[in-house]
Amino acid sequence: MSCCAPGTEGAIEAASGGTLPSSEEMRLAARDLGEGLRQSDLSVPGVHCGACITTIEGVLSGMPSIESARVNLTARRVSVRWRDVEGFDPQTIPAAMARTGYAAHLFTAPIAADDALRNELIRAVAVSGFAAMNIMLLSVSVWSGAEASTRDLFHWISALIAGPVLIYAGRFFFRSAWGALKHGRTNMDVPISLAVTLSYFVSLWETIHHGEHAWFDATVTLLFFLLIGRTLDHVMRDRARSAITSLARLSPRGAMVVKDDGGREYRPVEEIAVGDRLSVAAGERLAVDARVIAGMSDVDRSLVSGESAPVTAKPGSMLEAGVMNLTGALVVEAVAVARDSFLAEVIGLMEAAEGGRARYRRIADRAASYYSPVVHLLALISFLSWGFADGDWKHAMLVAVAVLIITCPCALGLAVPVVQVVAAGRLFASGIMVKDGSAMERLAEIDAVVFDKTGTLTMGAPRLIGREAAGRPGTLKGDQAFAVAAALAAHSRHPLSAALAAAHVGPVPQFGPVTEIPGRGLEAVTPEGTWRLGNRAFACSGDEPADDGSSASEVVLSLDGAVIETFRFEDRLRPAARETVARLRKDGIEVDILSGDRAAAVERVAAQLGVSRWRAGLAPRDKTEAVRESAAAGARVLMVGDGINDAPALSAAHVSMAPATAADIGRQAADLVFLRDGLDAVSFAIETSKRAGRLIRQNFALAIGYNVIAVPVAILGHATPLIAAVAMSTSSIIVVANSLRLRGPTPALRQDAAAPKPASGMASPA
Amino acid sequence: MSTLIYLIPIALFLGGLGLGAFLWSIRNGQYDDLDGAAWRVLDDEDGTKRGSPGAHGG
Repeated sequence: MSCCAPGTEGAIEAASGGTLPSSEEMRLAARDLGEGLRQSDLSVPGVHCGACITTIEGVLSGMPSIESARVNLTARRVSVRWRDVEGFDPQTIPAAMARTGYAAHLFTAPIAADDALRNELIRAVAVSGFAAMNIMLLSVSVWSGAEASTRDLFHWISALIAGPVLIYAGRFFFRSAWGALKHGRTNMDVPISLAVTLSYFVSLWETIHHGEHAWFDATVTLLFFLLIGRTLDHVMRDRARSAITSLARLSPRGAMVVKDDGGREYRPVEEIAVGDRLSVAAGERLAVDARVIAGMSDVDRSLVSGESAPVTAKPGSMLEAGVMNLTGALVVEAVAVARDSFLAEVIGLMEAAEGGRARYRRIADRAASYYSPVVHLLALISFLSWGFADGDWKHAMLVAVAVLIITCPCALGLAVPVVQVVAAGRLFASGIMVKDGSAMERLAEIDAVVFDKTGTLTMGAPRLIGREAAGRPGTLKGDQAFAVAAALAAHSRHPLSAALAAAHVGPVPQFGPVTEIPGRGLEAVTPEGTWRLGNRAFACSGDEPADDGSSASEVVLSLDGAVIETFRFEDRLRPAARETVARLRKDGIEVDILSGDRAAAVERVAAQLGVSRWRAGLAPRDKTEAVRESAAAGARVLMVGDGINDAPALSAAHVSMAPATAADIGRQAADLVFLRDGLDAVSFAIETSKRAGRLIRQNFALAIGYNVIAVPVAILGHATPLIAAVAMSTSSIIVVANSLRLRGPTPALRQDAAAPKPASGMASPA
Repeated sequence: MSTLIYLIPIALFLGGLGLGAFLWSIRNGQYDDLDGAAWRVLDDEDGTKRGSPGAHGG
């Protein structure tokens, strides 16, 4: 992606909430390099050009106790090495970056073993490529007419090069083939392993006996082509995974524990015990399930339960891990350790729900289960019939090997990965990450889509839709009242306040101290009187807030208890939501909404989208059950959701998608993650997968067509190494060329419809 | 025939040299940030405290 992808950053920005990682978190996440040196890796979604690199590296390397800083533009990461000396606060690293306009956050380090495998694969490709080129040079000389001792010499050199390569580059196939055979199954790697091993040893035998034909070039070229396919497949998954782990981490790594003597200590999540008292500042997420002991605040449970409106938390309220504290500081008591928390329960449900992914067999493997028995049978039949027909068992062996080499699924091995890599690249350019090729195959099969509401169909953030002045004479003009409200709202983290402050453009008056009364609103005492901004009951009289579910969608500004202006809000739909639902239905895909929110809120969204089938107030288990029921009824379900409560349903579905703003666990459970705001990512992904599926089938047809022509030639004993080399390369090139047809201009997906966003790459005011 | 005696080893050695260079460049992290490298070439500063690709790998 390039500078030309604004909006991507915005989506991630919204997830991070503009908060900096705390010093304790930074220290916890840093790698210890020894001798007091530590390395922190931060994800910076905002970097997109050379100027960004210079700015960030410039500001960081100018700081004392920072050894070095390096930006990785591809991964959008910064790695910083710093000395852990007295008086150095690691939070100054993200803070300095935020001052230059780049939001930075910590991310979970990707699994190291995966990186190692990728490097091994690339090395194997390089080695087999080197060998293939050299052996091909020698083989061309032989085919051009090298005679007797020269031919023998060339064969021997080829054998010496091919031997180690067979072991080094072939081990991936041998290992996988052995694993399949051990379990009584067969996969694509069985015929591959058999073909390369047999061709090598038969050629070696021929070489020893001064034979005319050796197949070393076939052995190594096969390995080279097949490894390219394998590596592409792996790199595609790798790229998606690294992009996803770079997204903001939403669950906390630790919490501030208040000790009995009043001291405070930051502890990692795993070390928090039941009964510990934790201090949770505004803007922090809860690490474990807890009960509020002191303080009052509004909390955002949207990721946990799907409720769109913030809830008031007061002493005695129970809060789940993952809940975001919005307005006031709370002291809570842990009621469960992290591994027994709400999150752990969800993980348990997810493991039980393991759906499409576990049962699904990749297209290539399904093809192989028909393909390899046929191929092996053919080779055996040719061997036996030639042997019995003319009694020359050596010749019979050569024919059988030729059959195996010709039928070795070189084109098949490339047919699937090349298409999927091209398709994934197309989706990647539109901000959609595909975790692996199997996800794309499954996505092409779906016939029903289940959407979560909060955060998936809607943005999960309210938007100002209207305001009305109370219309009393003697009060301020409308725009002035708006400015006052925006000025007050800027002091709060409450989503309605944030939406109000963001909606106002222009200068705002300055106030003295503004106090926030959690669960009610904001108050400022000025010479003109007491301004209040909050729910109606609070603004008008100062009574206890009435807890009717609808109060969340309006905010009232009052002066000395008299209503000045009322602001109305709505959780707006994702851009292109309506078009997406309409298109899905046109394609004959059923659309359902499963939400944890109140029925009224769900009904309104369902009516706006024209969806007749919806259910509200569902717990995570109910959602999973609903998805399972559809699956049992024979539907292949795509689940699109973002919350912690959606994670089990995401795993249970045939295939799943999540927006980048989803909870960590939701992103991990989903097969595809989309970064942009527009919901048309869903229909675009489905469409691309279907096209990829068609191309894969075409490629299979091409590969089989090639075999139909080439196999009789081999069985009749006319296949020389030269013919085999030409046939194999041609079929592979045709398949790759066909796959590249999938490329083409990517349609512009809807980024964002209305709400003002900070310019791309800018940090939100913290 | 006699020229082959040294031509073939030379060919293999040169090929091996290329292979070795490629393997070194992977290990050194030269391919870790292709987009960034395209921009860095335009950067005038010497950047003494700015890390090299190999040092920050992983």
